[in-house]
Amino acid sequence: MSKLKPPVGGKDHIQGNKNAAIELVEYGDYQCPHCGRAYPIIKSIQEKMGDKLKFVFRNFPLAEVHPNATNAAVAAEAAALQGKFWEMHDIIFEHQEHLGDSHLVKYAARIGLDVAKFTVDFETPAVLDKVEGDFESGALSGVNGTPTFFINGERYNRSWEEDDLLYYLRSK
Amino acid sequence: MLKTGTQAPDFSLNTTPDQKLSLSQLKGKRVILAFYPADWSPVCGDQMALYNEMLKIFSKHNAQLLGISVDSKWCHMAFAQDRKLHFPLLADYEPKGAVAKLYDVYDNEEGQCKRALYVIDEVGVIRWSYLSPVGINPGADGIIDALNEMKK
Repeated sequence: MSKLKPPVGGKDHIQGNKNAAIELVEYGDYQCPHCGRAYPIIKSIQEKMGDKLKFVFRNFPLAEVHPNATNAAVAAEAAALQGKFWEMHDIIFEHQEHLGDSHLVKYAARIGLDVAKFTVDFETPAVLDKVEGDFESGALSGVNGTPTFFINGERYNRSWEEDDLLYYLRSK
Repeated sequence: MLKTGTQAPDFSLNTTPDQKLSLSQLKGKRVILAFYPADWSPVCGDQMALYNEMLKIFSKHNAQLLGISVDSKWCHMAFAQDRKLHFPLLADYEPKGAVAKLYDVYDNEEGQCKRALYVIDEVGVIRWSYLSPVGINPGADGIIDALNEMKK
């Protein structure tokens, strides 16, 4: 059984109740159409489960097939330095067709980031390191495509259509 | 599956239309043999595309990845170009599945390789293997764990 390595910790972006009994981790790629389809499903599940659910997003850009995926991930991590990771995560998934660098800067402005700071952070090696670190943790954890979900630390191999995933989470 | 601790049988297969690669050429390197059913599976991040993104991690462990299926060398060439793969795909094509049979990972009913992994050390000894349910992409955690173990 493939297990999440390392477990969710201080470096992770967490949404929802940090102490929830049910933890859902997604390894995702911002340019992957399947992840784009998963995005509203997760939102809806979060709404339905409320504070029973903790949601974590880790970067897993498949750079060879999705040439903009790494930069999109870097943009979200750069936004995190201004406390707006989730705002960037959302606006990127809502505009998946347009992920060139100039678009990313526009999204930064639209969610109210200090664009000058964002542009500097976007080029900072530490931000790329965070993305690559997420990728390596995914490789170690047995991520087998995007999106891959882990529920309470174990890889979830079944359907992530809303009804199926919600049913499974509620059974935990 | 062949047993851990035994010598990996040598083989020689086409890796491009005019080049062959044999296992014995890779002595001194670790080798990951990834048998898989077929080129052109329809998802992003299928097993070969996924491993393609992890080559940096494998090379840190001095490991060379080889993909093997019964597809022809021409099919492999088109697939590798389309998915921008940067590792060899070997054509176990004629006689069909001979190497898969040698490694005990041939699916007689479907006429294709099972989804199976071997990790072989620098002197050609099998150090780890795994047979995956055919529908489930196994990811790379088992491979990386095996490579980490071998350091000890």
